[in-house]
Amino acid sequence: MPNAPSQSPDAAPTAAPHRTVHLTVNGIAHEIEVETRRTLLDALRADLHLTGAKPGCGMGDCGACTVLIEGEAVYSCLTLAVACEGRAITTIEGLSSSDGELDPVQSAFIAHDALQCGFCTPGQVLAMKALLARNPHPSDDEIARAMSGNLCRCGAYPKILAAGRALAGHPS
Amino acid sequence: MPVRIITTHLEFEGRVSEQRVVMEGDEPPVWGEDAELRIVGKPTPRVDGRERVTGGATYTYDIQLPGQLTAAALRSPHAHARVTRVDASRAEAMPGVRAVLHRFNAGDLIDPNRDRSVFAEELPYAGAIVALVLADTREQAADACAAVMVEYETLPFVVDPEAALQPEAPRVLSDRPHNKLNDEYPQTYQRGDVDAGIREAEVTVEARFETPAAMHNSMETHGATAQWDGRTLTIYSSTQDIFGVRRAVAKALGLHQNQVRAIKQYMGGGFGSKFGPHESGLLAAYAAHRLGRPVQYMLSREDENVAAGHRSATIQHFRLGAQRDGTLTAIEQRTVGNLGALAGWFPATAMATKELYQCANVRTIDEGARTNLGPFAAFRAPGVVEGIAAMETAVDQLAAALGMDPLELRLKNYAERHQDMQRPYARKLLREAYEIGAERIGWATRDAEARRYPKGRDGTLRRGVGMASQLWGGDGGPPAQAQAKLLPDGTAVIITGTQDIGTGTRTVLAQIAAEELGLPLEAVRVELGDTEFGLYSPPSGGSMTLASMGPAVRMAAAEARKDALEIVGHLVEAPADALDIRDGGIVNRETGREMGTLGSYLEQLDGHEVTAKGMRGPNAENVTVRTFGAQFAEVEVDLGTGQVRVRRIVAVHDCGRIVNPLTFSSQIEGGIIQGLGFALMEQRVVDQRFGTVMNANLEQFHIPTIRDVPEIDIVLLDRPNTYANTLGALGAGEPPIIPTPGAIANAVAHAIGRPVSGLPLTPDRILDLLK
Repeated sequence: MPNAPSQSPDAAPTAAPHRTVHLTVNGIAHEIEVETRRTLLDALRADLHLTGAKPGCGMGDCGACTVLIEGEAVYSCLTLAVACEGRAITTIEGLSSSDGELDPVQSAFIAHDALQCGFCTPGQVLAMKALLARNPHPSDDEIARAMSGNLCRCGAYPKILAAGRALAGHPS
Repeated sequence: MPVRIITTHLEFEGRVSEQRVVMEGDEPPVWGEDAELRIVGKPTPRVDGRERVTGGATYTYDIQLPGQLTAAALRSPHAHARVTRVDASRAEAMPGVRAVLHRFNAGDLIDPNRDRSVFAEELPYAGAIVALVLADTREQAADACAAVMVEYETLPFVVDPEAALQPEAPRVLSDRPHNKLNDEYPQTYQRGDVDAGIREAEVTVEARFETPAAMHNSMETHGATAQWDGRTLTIYSSTQDIFGVRRAVAKALGLHQNQVRAIKQYMGGGFGSKFGPHESGLLAAYAAHRLGRPVQYMLSREDENVAAGHRSATIQHFRLGAQRDGTLTAIEQRTVGNLGALAGWFPATAMATKELYQCANVRTIDEGARTNLGPFAAFRAPGVVEGIAAMETAVDQLAAALGMDPLELRLKNYAERHQDMQRPYARKLLREAYEIGAERIGWATRDAEARRYPKGRDGTLRRGVGMASQLWGGDGGPPAQAQAKLLPDGTAVIITGTQDIGTGTRTVLAQIAAEELGLPLEAVRVELGDTEFGLYSPPSGGSMTLASMGPAVRMAAAEARKDALEIVGHLVEAPADALDIRDGGIVNRETGREMGTLGSYLEQLDGHEVTAKGMRGPNAENVTVRTFGAQFAEVEVDLGTGQVRVRRIVAVHDCGRIVNPLTFSSQIEGGIIQGLGFALMEQRVVDQRFGTVMNANLEQFHIPTIRDVPEIDIVLLDRPNTYANTLGALGAGEPPIIPTPGAIANAVAHAIGRPVSGLPLTPDRILDLLK
């Protein structure tokens, strides 16, 4: 539907307020100048050209935009860039090592075919990464609860669960 | 190479068309039951898995070109209106805004697939596009949209399909004399005499069943990024059909087809909704062409859900008649389809009605109603999912009326031949699917199990088991072309113009090529998704990609292999047919002697590349190829809350040879989960007073999450269907979704002890049924 008016049509066009933000993304320090209303998702994609986090719904329903802030999974479409001043952010581009070796979560997703179109996959992988960081041996129910904020319209869920079980050390 | 032109027939989603096939050379013989295959048939992780888990896969949304503008649309808030004035002056003056396109400056953009201006004067649904803002940033584009001043003349509207078909109803499109899809509707199919069949019936059942409009919600919305360099218009499109994009964009912009290049490497799902460029692709191309700057226009989730398609809603009335012993004497189906304002066709709701059960007297009546709602689009077995759900629940009601086991009733009326076209099926394993599925779900003891089931703390839990059948085409067809290139180091590139929409096409085509070439899988790379370098490939839909493209790739690989062995034969002074390629090495067929790698010979040719072409041959004539299958569902219903939980699905489908059991099972699971969503939760809600969609987002429109997933038991029949094509493989995209809602609905009816009246089976519908 039409975009909700963000300002009265009678108001004079003015330049939106900007601010400088320091973000450490995948271990690299960045200083960017952004509109204060810019989301972390837009800052990553448009300012830093890291397109691994995906826009899916724009309102925190689907999880395609999931990134890690200090290891915690967050929806970057609901997070303002200016709220991340000085924080350490991990995107999917930073998950594998610099020599290209995949993170175990990534390898498990490939081996178990825990993806189809792959558009939600960066968010799924990072949500799983955050879960395993705080709980290395989650039960099936804990995996399902932790992953329930990431939608997959292709329905790769059984394979995502299988990948999670393998990573948690459950027999397949 | 002499060229032959053969006439064949192609079935696409229930519609049969005549097709001319140009053949250069011959396809290799079919891989039959006894074919010894090393790579085809083995569970194989995706060859592009790495890109998809690292963020390296570039989707249309991820294309970022220097100077690229971002687009946002202003859409009509009215269910039916005429746009009389657009004042964009304030928006145009806002920071970062480069252009505002609308009816009064861009009315010349015609959508060739609808033969209608994209910026039409008449806006026949809430969400029809009024203006497109092109700006430097997303925020600026959104701000400017809100500053575009539009004057509308509102018009009377109708959103209820049955009301729309009444003579006094407001006209959905004011230049049409009625709201019927077209003058050919209602459309009736008839064989035998249904009224006589009803009269001679000893037991009859009448059932009304409604199915909702369900939105696709592909995770990547519709959209495109386009660039005009003064010579070529390049469009990156989230599409299932790059050649359709090229055709439509060229026509819309008045360009030759060789001036348009359509590219789609990775896409975030389509499920049938992404054929052709969509209005968003036409707009991106038009704006890029006009402004001389790259333009990206990706729909917002809300715009996606009102303007980019959905599964059309149906109201179906079934009448079934049978003799006491269960023999069907009549089947009648009347379907009112709510097709939205801009429909061009009617979904195949009657496909299974005509052929699933043996019956001499069958009548189907399709009534297509235009309404002031957004356009529908194909959605994974369009019509067939809805038709099967309604028919299979009616069949269960007939079984109850007869006091017969529902499965026994189905077997009593088992159709051995394709009745509509009066010819045999190439193969029908449905009886076997019924038997296997019944065994695994515990069909024989389902009533006893239901009685024994623990009823929970409040005594309100009930268990039910139900099933439904599936039929679909899925054998693909021509035209589909591919090229195989052997490079000097003995590796191969397979060039196609197909699309991998998430099903694993790239992987199965690599498996097929590696198998045929005698190379390891790692030595084969598959290119797709580019009209400039690819060869013509059909749209990826209708479960036909593998069955169309696979044989073309196989033939190209077979020809390249033949040529390569010819060359090696010359180099070693041996007849080519004494040689073979195995795992990348040249081998003497008789002695088994290893003679070095293929690359060690090809590299002697100073850069020469062996190239060969392949194409999909004609389809088998006088026989109908079908995927047949059955699914069984076990559910738990809470009579207190109306909550339905699906505990288990058993899926038995005949999709011919299975090229990759790993990605095949993913497809089956995905189809089941989408079908579960359609059965239990997915439903567009329209405010009848205003004609607006109230849940065009992922907040209020619910799709399944990982916690909704039942145990899924997939039985692979995995037998080549030698009539289908040279692989013996059929598609698996649509079959698994088709029977899922019907099986769940029948299981719910079993659990609550009364018939269900439609989908989705939300708690409020269940509680209504229990009143």
